[in-house]
Amino acid sequence: MSEWWTYRLDDFLMFAPGTYQRMFALYNAQVWPAPLVALPLGLAVLWALARWPQAWRLACATVALGWAFTAWAFHWQRYAGIHTAAPWFAGMFALQALMLAWMARPASGWHVRSGPGWARAIGLALLAFAVLLLPWTGWALGRPWQQAALFGLAPDATAVGTLGLLLVLQNVGREPTAHRQQVSSRRPSGAAQFPARVAVASALPWVLPVAWCLVSAATLWTLRAPEAFVLLALTGLAVATGLAAHAVRAGAIGGHGKRAEPT
Amino acid sequence: MSVPRSPHRRQWLQAASAGLALALQPRSWAQPASALLTKPVPSTREPLPVVGLGSWITFNVGDDPQGQAAATAVMRAFFAAGGRVIDSSPMYGSSQAVIGRALAALGRPTSLYAADKVWVSGAERGSAQIATSHQRWQLQRPFDLLQVHNLLDWETQLPRLFAMKAAGQLRHVGITTSEGRRHREFETLMQRHPLDFVQLSYNLLDREVEQRLLPLAQERGIAVLVNRPFRQGALLDALQRHPLPGWAADIGCRHWAQVALKFVVSHPAVTCAIPATSQVAHLQQNMQAAIGPLPDARLRRRMAQDVAAL
Repeated sequence: MSEWWTYRLDDFLMFAPGTYQRMFALYNAQVWPAPLVALPLGLAVLWALARWPQAWRLACATVALGWAFTAWAFHWQRYAGIHTAAPWFAGMFALQALMLAWMARPASGWHVRSGPGWARAIGLALLAFAVLLLPWTGWALGRPWQQAALFGLAPDATAVGTLGLLLVLQNVGREPTAHRQQVSSRRPSGAAQFPARVAVASALPWVLPVAWCLVSAATLWTLRAPEAFVLLALTGLAVATGLAAHAVRAGAIGGHGKRAEPT
Repeated sequence: MSVPRSPHRRQWLQAASAGLALALQPRSWAQPASALLTKPVPSTREPLPVVGLGSWITFNVGDDPQGQAAATAVMRAFFAAGGRVIDSSPMYGSSQAVIGRALAALGRPTSLYAADKVWVSGAERGSAQIATSHQRWQLQRPFDLLQVHNLLDWETQLPRLFAMKAAGQLRHVGITTSEGRRHREFETLMQRHPLDFVQLSYNLLDREVEQRLLPLAQERGIAVLVNRPFRQGALLDALQRHPLPGWAADIGCRHWAQVALKFVVSHPAVTCAIPATSQVAHLQQNMQAAIGPLPDARLRRRMAQDVAAL
């Protein structure tokens, strides 16, 4: 793109607000009865993580399915009708689905977060918001309920819910048993280094959900939709919580230099 | 004493009664309400109405039935008002297909002047894109105008378009830019190539093209299509907070949209403005700008000054 600095966000807007909003109603009708399945599945993921944490792999795999379905049914088949970049978004969502499926496999190095407790609580709250409230913000603003953008079917709720899931989980690496024990105890006696590759592996699953939230917030901003602020606030909360939890964890283990990334 | 009736008076009375009868008739969508102002394409002398129809954003509705119906209604009103020029691009999402479906629904009006663009790099991809665009428009004849969109790969695409024109597969060739980008290169192309059209952004506030590009178009005999005459709606949003100035009535304007359009199309170099809308009421307001007096140079200066001061 030549003279890229002369472009504003508005220059990338391709459709009118009404077209974008009605697309969700058309999408829900197109994938019906998937909305009837998505809502209970979202609730099941939330319940599993809150009440039965041992089932986190199943929850993670279910969320991966949501990303895969959104990639195919929403981005590839629906959004591509009005947005030339939607096929790229589909690829991005498919990649995240693979990443979550990889995390859900046995011996992936991921586990339910052992601490701090507030990070886990905020994660569950974000997931609950994504499943129960975020899909209905349009309805709360006076638009038809048929335009609900559900967790597991539509990208914004899926991305925000995933950020919540990532706050509930943590990567402890695979081989250093001592390191895992230190994480579990939260009060290490030794001064073991927090492995940088664990930090990178921890941060990777955050990249695409955060990137999507920023892209979508930019779109909503150009459409003059107040949901842009909601999405930005939720993303900011998730990233800030992740960074703070990581700092606590790295401090407890002994740090790994100056880096501070989401866990 | 009887006054002998002159033939002139009789003719006047006949004309007046015919006019009254016409005025009292229910208005038919099949006939334009009033003849629109036209300007000729300098290279072929073909007259075009000074207000056309753009499709950026407004016609990109995908398969949304409500959006498609609105686009069809806008195009029906456009042709009913005497409009001809419709402009689109492969960059505008589903707009081309939406236009195609609407044209089919409206019986493919013969008055249509179909303007589109090529927006891709590479000769083969350019040819394929033009073929796809033609298919989406559902045209049964060649495009009237194809333009190199934002100068993308113009080195490849422009010779291809001239070759199509020479082969009778295209009537007019053009290039486009928007929002003031790449004006220097644009100017060079205008000087070096036998272009029929250029398309650029021009409105009451963005007037940079008055300095070089519009005079050059006049000098070189190049028709000018104007995009973003309302600054993508932002100009009207700002203006509508203010009452219309007194001079608006002098040029037959009842809405700010008409003021903005009359300013654009009254520039001697401008052939046609292509505002986009998804609402029939707005379309009808826009088309009224192609009727009645246009501002002269003195009033144009005042219009620009007054609007800049608001």
